[in-house]
Amino acid sequence: MAASGGRTVGSFLWKCGNCCFNFNTVSSNLTRQVLSRQLCVSAVLHRKNLAAAGPEKFSEEFIKKQVEEFNIGKRHLANMMGEDPETFTQGDINRSIAYLFPSGLFDKKAKPLMKHPDEVFPKQRAVQWGADGRPFHFLFYTGKQSYYSLMHDTFTKALAVEKHQDRLRGKDLFTQDAKQISLVGSRWLLKEELEELLVETISEHDYARFIQLMERLLSLPYCSVEEDFVQRYRRQLEIQSSKQQVQPLQYDQHGVAYSTGDGKQRKTATGTVLLRDSGSGSISINGTNYVHYFPVLQDREQLMFPLHFMGVLGRFDMQCSVSGGGHSSQAGALRLAISRAMLSFLSEGQVETMRQAGLLTPDPRIKERKKPGQEGARRKFTWKKR
Amino acid sequence: ILKGQRYIYSTRLSGDSEQHQGQYYTVPPSHFHTVFPHGLPPRYQQQVKTFNEGCVMVRQPALELISHLKRADYSKPTLRYLLYGVKGSGKTMSLCHTVHYCSTQGWLVLHIPDAHLWVKNCKELLPSSYHASRFDQPIQASNWLRNFRTTNENFLSKIKLRQRYVWTKRESTEEGQPLGELVDMGVSRVKSSSDVVGAVLKELRLQAGGTEGGFRLAVAVDGVNGLWGRTTLKKEDKSPVAPEELTLVHNLRKMINNDWCGGAVIATLSQTGSLYAPSSAYLPQELLGEEGFDSMDPFIPVPVSLYSEKEFESCYLYYLDRHWLQHPHSQTEEGKKELIFLSNRNPSVLERLCAFL
Repeated sequence: MAASGGRTVGSFLWKCGNCCFNFNTVSSNLTRQVLSRQLCVSAVLHRKNLAAAGPEKFSEEFIKKQVEEFNIGKRHLANMMGEDPETFTQGDINRSIAYLFPSGLFDKKAKPLMKHPDEVFPKQRAVQWGADGRPFHFLFYTGKQSYYSLMHDTFTKALAVEKHQDRLRGKDLFTQDAKQISLVGSRWLLKEELEELLVETISEHDYARFIQLMERLLSLPYCSVEEDFVQRYRRQLEIQSSKQQVQPLQYDQHGVAYSTGDGKQRKTATGTVLLRDSGSGSISINGTNYVHYFPVLQDREQLMFPLHFMGVLGRFDMQCSVSGGGHSSQAGALRLAISRAMLSFLSEGQVETMRQAGLLTPDPRIKERKKPGQEGARRKFTWKKR
Repeated sequence: ILKGQRYIYSTRLSGDSEQHQGQYYTVPPSHFHTVFPHGLPPRYQQQVKTFNEGCVMVRQPALELISHLKRADYSKPTLRYLLYGVKGSGKTMSLCHTVHYCSTQGWLVLHIPDAHLWVKNCKELLPSSYHASRFDQPIQASNWLRNFRTTNENFLSKIKLRQRYVWTKRESTEEGQPLGELVDMGVSRVKSSSDVVGAVLKELRLQAGGTEGGFRLAVAVDGVNGLWGRTTLKKEDKSPVAPEELTLVHNLRKMINNDWCGGAVIATLSQTGSLYAPSSAYLPQELLGEEGFDSMDPFIPVPVSLYSEKEFESCYLYYLDRHWLQHPHSQTEEGKKELIFLSNRNPSVLERLCAFL
């Protein structure tokens, strides 16, 4: 059992190396689009254009064999880790692999992975025509058979709903306020996601027509009949994780309100702040006065920003501790910590304004990695003509 | 606070009464060149030039010093006062305020602007002619003598020497000559200027408490911790020079000892120019070191704190009145709060802040 376990894991490693090489080359094109923060970022955007993959590289039996091997390997892994093979989830698999093959690499895609073959191998179209050369699908010669078949299906469903409505009208059971499909918190599939579903390219115009048709279906009062069909083409919006827990105010023995801002990071600097509502406006950082700790005006202005924004400059007394980073990143970390600590003193509307001002967002910028073949992260070596 | 009341800059305000604390008083322009040829902080000098007048705020430490000076008994050995505080809290300004008061009262003022200037950045070090192991600093000594001459013109002719000083085979100053001649000699003969300084100090020490033609002597030293620290100067064989080996420092230390009477020694600690001292140090023990503390002991410590609310208010209104704060936002309440926050009521920080507003 141990030998076979080693072989399956070994074969998976080979596969992960192969696949990752494929993905890495194309992902750079798409990452530039992704860097502008989109609300709905799906993994689809990281994948390559599936329909352009051409005729299938992996045959059906091959994929089936991979699935079997994956399942067997999963059971072996569960036995190795001493867990129950029946309830071994993907998360458990990830953790076990990270434990058994610790990787010092930074790129997530370079680390060893063990996933279901459907996620690892791109979806491909099976051969569309038989041995005699006749295509299986009746819409094959349109070029975009799955897209047009989807449009046909949707329209058929719309017609069916209308027929249902007419029947109800005939029986005098038609009511306007029938149960509607709830569309709150979900969005239509993106064009890329639809392409992935259909495994073929569609143009923007096609995508727009598809959405138009679905909207038309939804406009019918009795569309809830086809709810499952519609929900297949909608995705849940990620719940905004910015719903921060506003800690309640704590009171110390003299009845003075105080609250702590937990350690905030900014580019390897962490800071913690203890805000006290005493009304003196004195600030001490790591035991020293802030004028001595931050001789640069810019750093003190950073500290001042949250208080000044809310207009509570002289009200709070602060005890801060900060470590790591340089003076600028320490100032940024403290600013975040102060804003976090102030949340418990402020009302909802003010919290919202703070968030809009960007006071509560941790700054994600870190030092960019130096690449080989270049002198720095961006700077290239001096170009010599000859 | 009414507009007319917050600061009065009029010459009749002598600046030494308690009720005017927090308000500004003007130093008459004629006094500037005589009393303060050296000794004012450079930024303040620039401010004086800009505003075309010199206004000093009356603050608690200076008032305390002045009241001590008024009440002291001058037949006993000299009292020593030490001003200390965080960087930029106004020690030098308080010292200058006291010096101005002393000169208006007719004292002889011996103002050493910065003792650190004598222990670092010295280009020429001559071996002393008087004492073999010591070193002279001709440039610094002659500069100081020149400024001393400007400060105390009227005293120079009155004080007579009690001893004969021989400089070289041909040069000597006889007994009974006025001090002014000695000083002139020191200024012109640069080589022996350090010894002249030593002689001047000795004379003044001897004659300060004297009953005939007695005058009061105020020794004001800024950055007194420089006298006991280390120096950055090196001998020709690259070994470091200890402060005792410098003539000027040696003589000054004798001055600060309280074995003479008839005057007062006012000193300030300064971290800014000090050598080998951490920037967070401001207490006497830290900056003076053991040796210095022992020599200065006993002394009267006078702490100089940051601006209080009233003083900050006064400074802010002064800048407003001088149209120094140009930015429209700085004239609002909000702007004032920002200024308080950013400077934490530290006088020098506030001054630097307002400089570009």
